[in-house]
Order: sequence, then C-alpha cells, then structure tokens
Amino acid sequence: MLVSCGQQNQSSNGALSSSAAEKVYVAPGEQDEYYAFLSGGYSGNLTVYGLPSGRMFKEIPVFSQFPTSGYGYSEETKPMLNTSHGFVPWDDAHHPDISQTNGELDGRWIFINGNNTPRIARINLSTFETEEIIEVPNSAGNHSSSFITENTEYVVAGTRFSVPIPQRDMPINEYKSNFKGSLSFISVDPEHGHMDLKFQLLMPGFNYDLSHPGRGKSHGWFFFTTYNTEEAHTLQEVNASQNDKDFIAAVNWKKIEEYVNNGGGTKMPANYAHNVYDEGTHTATTTMKKEVLTVDPLKVPGAVYFLPTPKSPHGCDVDPTGQYIIGNGKLSADLTVHSFDKMIAAIEGEKFDGEAYGIPILKFEDVLAGQVKSGGLGPLHTEFDGKGNAYTTFFISSEVVKWELGTWEVIDRKPTYYSVGHLMIPGGNSRKPFGKYVVAMNKITKDRYLPTGPEMEHSAQIYDISGDKMELIYDFPTHGEPHYAAGCPAELLAPKSQKIYRLDENKHPYAVTSPTGSKVVREGNEVHVYMSTIRSHFTPDNIEGIKVGDKVYFHITNHEQDFDVPHGFAMIGQNTSELLIMPGQTKTSVWEPKQVGVWPFYCTDFCSALHQEMQGYVRVSPANSNIELSWSLGE
Amino acid sequence: MKKASILMIVGPLFLMGLYIFPLWKIMLGAPQYPDPLGLNIHISGLKGVSEFDIQNIDGLNHYIGMQTLPKVEDMWEFGTFPMIIGIMVTIGVCIGVLGYFNKVSYKWFIGWFALMSFMGILGMYDFNQWLMDYGTNLDPNAIMKLTNADGTPMTYKPPLLGHVKMLNFDVTSLPASGAWLMFVGMMLTLTAGFLGWKNAKKQKNIAL
Repeated sequence: MLVSCGQQNQSSNGALSSSAAEKVYVAPGEQDEYYAFLSGGYSGNLTVYGLPSGRMFKEIPVFSQFPTSGYGYSEETKPMLNTSHGFVPWDDAHHPDISQTNGELDGRWIFINGNNTPRIARINLSTFETEEIIEVPNSAGNHSSSFITENTEYVVAGTRFSVPIPQRDMPINEYKSNFKGSLSFISVDPEHGHMDLKFQLLMPGFNYDLSHPGRGKSHGWFFFTTYNTEEAHTLQEVNASQNDKDFIAAVNWKKIEEYVNNGGGTKMPANYAHNVYDEGTHTATTTMKKEVLTVDPLKVPGAVYFLPTPKSPHGCDVDPTGQYIIGNGKLSADLTVHSFDKMIAAIEGEKFDGEAYGIPILKFEDVLAGQVKSGGLGPLHTEFDGKGNAYTTFFISSEVVKWELGTWEVIDRKPTYYSVGHLMIPGGNSRKPFGKYVVAMNKITKDRYLPTGPEMEHSAQIYDISGDKMELIYDFPTHGEPHYAAGCPAELLAPKSQKIYRLDENKHPYAVTSPTGSKVVREGNEVHVYMSTIRSHFTPDNIEGIKVGDKVYFHITNHEQDFDVPHGFAMIGQNTSELLIMPGQTKTSVWEPKQVGVWPFYCTDFCSALHQEMQGYVRVSPANSNIELSWSLGE
Repeated sequence: MKKASILMIVGPLFLMGLYIFPLWKIMLGAPQYPDPLGLNIHISGLKGVSEFDIQNIDGLNHYIGMQTLPKVEDMWEFGTFPMIIGIMVTIGVCIGVLGYFNKVSYKWFIGWFALMSFMGILGMYDFNQWLMDYGTNLDPNAIMKLTNADGTPMTYKPPLLGHVKMLNFDVTSLPASGAWLMFVGMMLTLTAGFLGWKNAKKQKNIAL
C-alpha cells in the first residue's frame, strides 16, 4: 500500500510535467511559436523551420541557384549572383542574424554571409526573398560574419584568411607580416536596409574566426576571435596551434566611424559587386564598385586592442547585458570569459602586455572575468537565456553545457547527436533572448534517422530550457550544413508576411497588367513574349514565327491576386530552369530554340483543377523562313 | 405628437447609413480559403470584403460557368437604389417635420413605413431574382457541368438569407450593418406611428 502510494505520488507530479512529445507537438492546423532560420552551409541557402515542431517551412535561396523558383536562373535574379569573379552561383552560407532596434529583434531583415566568395546578403522578412548581396573586397573566407550591431548600424564581414592586400603575385612563404586581415563594416540604411561598405580595417595577418557586437554598455565595440596568431602558412593544423593564447580583437567601431566621418582613412582601388533587387520592377541590378575606404588601426589610437584568449578560440559571444565576452578555446577544456568593465579599466590604466604590429595587448589576468571549468572538450559557441545562464556547445565531447554567468558554475549538461557546432536560442544575439528553447546544430548524424546512403542530412536537437535542467525534446534533420541560426517569435513576423505582389504596383518593364496587353515583339533575332497567366491558361498560348537561332525571352506576369497561387512556366529544351511566378509578379526566362518543330510549354505548379490543361505551343521555323510572327489565344 | 414626430424625423435618417455601409454580405468559405472570400452588397455596387475577393470569386466561378460579378454600370439598381433611398429619407423627414407642427397626422408616419416596407420587399424580390440569374444562368461551355443526385443540372444560387453548402463552399448570406441601420430606422418610424396613434386616442378620449 505504501509502495503503491509512493508510486502514485511519483506519477502524479504530472499536472505540471508533460512528455517530450507533447512539448513539440503542434497539432495539424496550429502554428509554431518561433521561426528558426538555419544557414545551409554548402547549400548556400537559408532554411526556415518552426519551433518547437522542427517542421521545415521554406528554403530561401540566397547565394545558390535554385531551380525550384528560378532564382539565379531567371533574367531578373541572375544579377544577384554577380561578383568581381563573374557569375558565382554558389556559396557557403554560415551565420544568419536578424536586424535589431535598441538591441531587440525588429524582424525587418535577416543577414547572412557567403563564406567562400566573400559576400553579405540581406533578406526581407516580409517577402522572405533575398533583396541585396554585397561582395566584400580584400576579404577571403568571410567567416566572422554577418553579425549586426544593436541598431543594425553595421553588419560586419571579418576575413578568415589573411591575404595580400591588394592581391598580388608573391611567394606564399612570405606570408608573415605581408598578409593582412580585413574587418569590413558595412552600414545598413535604416529605412531601406541598403548596404554600403563604409570602411575596412586592415588588421595583422591572423585568421579572424568569429565575432559578436557589444551591446548595452559595450555597444560601440565589436569583438573578433583570432587563430593563427603564429601567422603560419602551411600545415596549420600544427603550425597555427602553437601559441598557448591567441587573441580576441576588441574594435571600438564608434571611434573608427568618427575618424572616417572626419575624413580619415585611405581610399584604395577595389572591384566588387553590389546587387540590389527592386521589388517594384521585380528585377535585380548589379553595380560594380571601384573603391574601398581602408583604415590602418594604428592611425586611430584607442580603437583596437587584443585580449589574450586560450587556445585557438573559435566562438566569440557577448552576453545580453554586454558585460561578458566569452571566448571559447576550441583546443581547450575551459571557457574564458572576459569582462568589458575590466577591459575598459585596463585600457584606461594602460596596463599593456606588449603589442602586436603596434596594437596593444591587454594582460590576460586584467581582463579575465572568470573561467568555466567544465571538463568538456572543444568548447565552440555560447548563447544566453536572458535569465543569467549561458549554454555552450562542446564539439569534441558532443554536449551542451549550461552554466551560470558570474559564478561560472556548471549547472547542467546534456549530450548532442553528434559533434555539435553552433547552438541557437531565439534572440540569442540580442539584449532580449527568448530563453525557452535551444537548438543545437550537429555535424554528424550517424544513427539518428533511417540511413540514406553514405551522406546523411545533419541533425539538430531541440532542448526545452524553461526549467533548471535542459530536456531534449526533439531532433530533426536539417538541409545542407547548418552553421549558425537565428530565431524570433512568430508573432514578430507572421502578421506582416506579404501574401501577394500587387499587380497595380508592378513596374517591371516587360509586365503586362491586362491580358489584352499580351504581345510578341521581334527585335532582330531577339523575340520578347509578353505573356500573362491566370488559372488556367497562358495568354497567348499559340505562338508562330519563331526561328532557329532566335533568342526568345518569355516575360511572364502572373495575374492572380490570391495568396499562395503561383504559376510556373517551363519550355522544352531550355538550358535553364523553370520559373515560379508569384501572384502579381513578372519573371523572365530565356529560350534559344535549336531545332525546328512545334514545341510545348506548360505550367509547372499545380494551380487549379485545370492545371494540366495550362499549356501552349511555340512553332519554330528554319532560320531563313519568312513566316510572320503571330500569337493567339482561343482561336 | 412631438415625441412621435421627432422619432419620425430621426428614423429615416438612419437610412443614410446605406450610403456608407453594406446592405448585405455574402461570405464564401472553404478549406482552401481559411480566410473566406466575401462580397459586400452596397446599394451602389459590389465590393469585396478583402481587396481582391471579387477577382478571386470570379476566377473560381468561371469553372462552373457563372457570370462575372456585375460592375456598377451593369445593373440599373445601383443607380436607382441610392435615388430611392434619398427620396424616401427626404419624404420621411418632411412628414416628421410636418407632424411636429401638427400639419399631418400619424397616419402619414404609418403610410411612410408601409411604403418603405413595400419597397424593401420589392428590393428583396429583385435581389433574389438577380441571385437566381447569377446562380442558374450558366455558360453552356462551362468547364465543369455538375448535376444533382436526381440528374438535374446543379445551380449555384446563393441563399437570400442564411447558410447553404455549395460544393466545397460554405455560403452564408446575411444582412449587413447598412441593413441593420435601416431596420432600426424603420422601427423608429413604426414607433413614431404607434406613439402618434396613442396620442390621437388620448386626445380623442379627452375630447370625449
């Protein structure tokens, strides 16, 4: 009897507790509490998930061509992928970050870096479309990026690889003291979000790994972890891991901004692309920029300091109050936490421990706030719950460790599956984290799901962190190799999510806003088809007079004004992708017919009960034929 | 009689609401339209409840061969109804004013109410005829020709009042704010007539 009573008590603490399944279950038709934006790494894109369900809602193409929608294939979006190296239809997308006002998420845009061919993209969170991509010159491996300051004043792009600046033909073994690391500060127009490379700080030739902005009291500073302070150029696995301590570079960007605003800095020739998508014309344009303003840190005294940090630090995270700067030595077992107040005091007391290339190095003990003795291996990244706790991932020992800011005591630890990289708490890079869930993003998946050949999608884990102890409540596969993620409450974005493009605001030069405006125009061997679509036909649907060797541009305007009713367009034999055209939008696809015949086109998106009938023909005649151009519908 | 006359002046003014607010509202909901499509019927024309509802209703209806929803110039009613309402308001207010100065009896109040009711019924009849035409006068080349269980061609007349299930759509047709204002106004004139009648009876008793 006593025993059974005891058992009953155990199971009946139940009104408050619930199973993991209940915590992640979002019933059909119900919606998630948070949006999570996971970078796609080598997919070059950004994926949108719901929390806590882990359901994937969308893949937003950013740096990669995306045949699903025609992004990077359509004439309007091809310019988005222009760079100084030409058309680069792929990148390695790492760290998304949501725009902020007063240190809190404002949900206007999300930024993400292209690591390989250094670029920063801005995505509009009303349309979930990439609107702007700026290339970063003098940079290589744009890794410590794209983190933003607390009023979205700047998005940074720090270089992972130091390189000759400007680039030139020189021996690699003369790396030391000849290569430089650029830290680029890209300003963001507060109204339109348009980006402009305001200045570039030319730093010693270390590797700049990750970064985070100061906030609150440390607003105005930016912190970058470094490795390879040895400046090795070969077998870095060994040669870049010799120093017991590397640095966190603390950059007072407000000071440099002031210097620049007063005419400081040196203009240097450069060549980089700035691609902007105009929502009115539905068209992107590329501007090649020819100059960049560089700043030598030694010219701005008091702007840059080095904080010694063991041992090849990777992550660099700032807590919500802006007081603590966490540098995770990826080859260390301990976490190093620096104090912003102590740093300021040490700077004011001029307590330096030498210098590197003229930049003062502060004394480790003078800036150290504390160390978390965790016993884990390979600490990488830290996020915060806004309640005084921090959560750090340990790559080598595959775990998330919860610890307390100030006491540096470990409170809890939970395994991940497996080899965790970043983790994300919605609002994690802000003054106001929403500390209910943490998502851990892993590098290895092994036995988590049904096997699908040698390559598995990576896995992510969701932990409930609302209690004292973390609870693993769900895991789900992700697409690409998610590095970092950004998250925010659904209520911040869902109400302003755009449902259609207004046809009456369509300013595309080839748009037809009424089916009567449909036409086909020949200009030499270029043929422009002004076509409209609506459920369930194209206007026109019969076109004759096209000749082999023509370059046929299909400019298609979707006349629907109803949410989620896109139409597709695909032409047989086209050397590009189909188009997916949103209601009210115009997109252009090019086709170069090489064979005579009568060739069909059709709608690729099941749009209505008569979707299958949504089709048409183009007659292609020999190059020397004199068949008149004609087009029709319903004749 | 003064109180009655004031009501008789105020009552018809409520009809002015019809110039702003819709008389009737028809909503079409379906699983794929969680935000239902809706039609506000004003005395001067049709408006979508949301901006593009008319285009989207027409887009759906063309499958079954229904006509597109009428524009202002397509129906004489949209020109005439606002005039009739204006005339009736003017007459009603005049009767009220005349009643106030004891120039006309309460019977005029009831007369106005009866005339308005008669015209209202005619209006409803006309509206129903239009619904009938809209729902049954289908394009013979329609893409989809649906039949009822008994083999007769399916029609798509929305209900004059209430709810009906039409294919996958829930169609609800109800008076809208303009109609309720008209109803309140007409009730006021009816009350005016009643008060006038009571007053007249009292006067008669006093006279006796």
